[in-house]
Amino acid sequence: MHLILFLIFAGICLAGAINLLLQTHPINSALSLIVVMTSLAVLYLLLGAEFLAAAQVIVYAGAIMVLFTFVVMLLNAGREERTLGSRVAKTIGFPAVTVILAVIATVILHARGLGVARLSDGITSTEELSSVLFTKLLLPFEVTSVLILIAILGAVALARHSEGSENPQDSAERTGK
Amino acid sequence: MTILQFILWSVLKVAVVTVVMLLGIAYTVLLERKLVGRIQNRWGPTRVGPFGLLQPLVDGAKSFLKEDIIPTGVYRPLYLLAPIIALGCALISIAVVPFGAPVSVWGSPPLFQIADVNVGLLVILGVTSIGVYGIALAGWSSNNKYSLLGALRSSAQLVSYELALGLSLVGVVLRAGTLNLRLIVEQQGTNGILGWNIFGGFQFVAFFIYLMAAFAETNRSPFDLPEAESELTGGYHTEYSSMKFAMFFMAEYGNMINVGCVATLLFLGGWTNPFGNLFGASHIILVQALMPLFWFVIKVFSFLCLYVWVRGTLPRFRYDQLMNFGWRWLMPLAILNIVATSLWLAYC
Repeated sequence: MHLILFLIFAGICLAGAINLLLQTHPINSALSLIVVMTSLAVLYLLLGAEFLAAAQVIVYAGAIMVLFTFVVMLLNAGREERTLGSRVAKTIGFPAVTVILAVIATVILHARGLGVARLSDGITSTEELSSVLFTKLLLPFEVTSVLILIAILGAVALARHSEGSENPQDSAERTGK
Repeated sequence: MTILQFILWSVLKVAVVTVVMLLGIAYTVLLERKLVGRIQNRWGPTRVGPFGLLQPLVDGAKSFLKEDIIPTGVYRPLYLLAPIIALGCALISIAVVPFGAPVSVWGSPPLFQIADVNVGLLVILGVTSIGVYGIALAGWSSNNKYSLLGALRSSAQLVSYELALGLSLVGVVLRAGTLNLRLIVEQQGTNGILGWNIFGGFQFVAFFIYLMAAFAETNRSPFDLPEAESELTGGYHTEYSSMKFAMFFMAEYGNMINVGCVATLLFLGGWTNPFGNLFGASHIILVQALMPLFWFVIKVFSFLCLYVWVRGTLPRFRYDQLMNFGWRWLMPLAILNIVATSLWLAYC
């Protein structure tokens, strides 16, 4: 049962990811990414991580992708145009990606001491998750919060800087003409 | 109980709950029209049946029979998908809500809850987050400046107030120690009305934050600028007609009912009796099983009346006032509530 569900939702996830690459309109790509995020949430649920699945839907599919969609809507990005595609890039690109994937897969499969996660009926409750997160992993948790805060400050600083860069002389010239 | 039995009982529960929910949505529209009418010193619909009670059925028939116009410049896949997302999310949230006590009949799964999920509260928040897409995609795909503006304003409002909504519920979760909706209700059921989270749990500040965030989440007055007809010619549902428009309408009222259900479960004691054990349990088994359902419905109904009362009374917020209120007042207040609740729980 878990295996069937895993195959179905992994298939949906991969189909969404490939659709993301093949679509020409950015809004279709954004929606395919939402499908990928939601099927990842189901895969987390199959591994028994219920809080993580809910958090994936709320944070990724429900907030981050909404902002992606906002950007596409506000910038009114149209369909991608076929430019002079490079045939060299295609002939070297696909085999290179396959080689990299094979290397990564080999390294992961041969690694020792990584721990085990199984498709099983066992569910990691929120209490178990929080008892590890707030005792053993407290420092990484706090550092990640500071990291996100820095990212927010950086974004605000960047957005502000581009507003104040206009010269008062230029705007006077423009209104004069 | 086999998988097949479980699936059959679940399908039956889903069918009953969906029918009841859709009827509830239709009659909430009637409730609003009659209550707003009475507030404005007029009757509201009275002609179509005794006290206008058949009005929603007639409105539904009208929606089906109207001409369905699809403008030519719209982006069709998303134009058709958006009302489906909106109404779907409004109907999905009800799956984790327990209406009554965990009662089983003939070895069935608990009858009054479709899915008893350990993280039930997060499921409701997640589905609310996904519901934003219905509005955003509707506005963008309509190929209309007013729709796009209304959709962007509405999505920004929804995303901003989701924060205050989620944070206001953390106080209740701290007190209950679980995210499971059934357990949160059971934990409030011990002393009748004094055990409810709004009184005994001292979560009245959280209740008011939740109330205001919920009004903003469902795009209802006084936060309904994104769909104000006089400001934006209809906002995100300008280009929609007949059944698709009715689906957005139903989604809004469905979200009202969901929000009412969550408020009832978390703050008003869910299906527990406000009199506690004062009168003793009834001797008739059927009454004893259905009384919790009755209390739940009464509480949700009073919450909906509160919604309509506020709609009929308050003027709407301007958009910058709305965003200011959500980010600079509600969110810090919700965080203060969490800190205060944690301190109270740790030291008392």
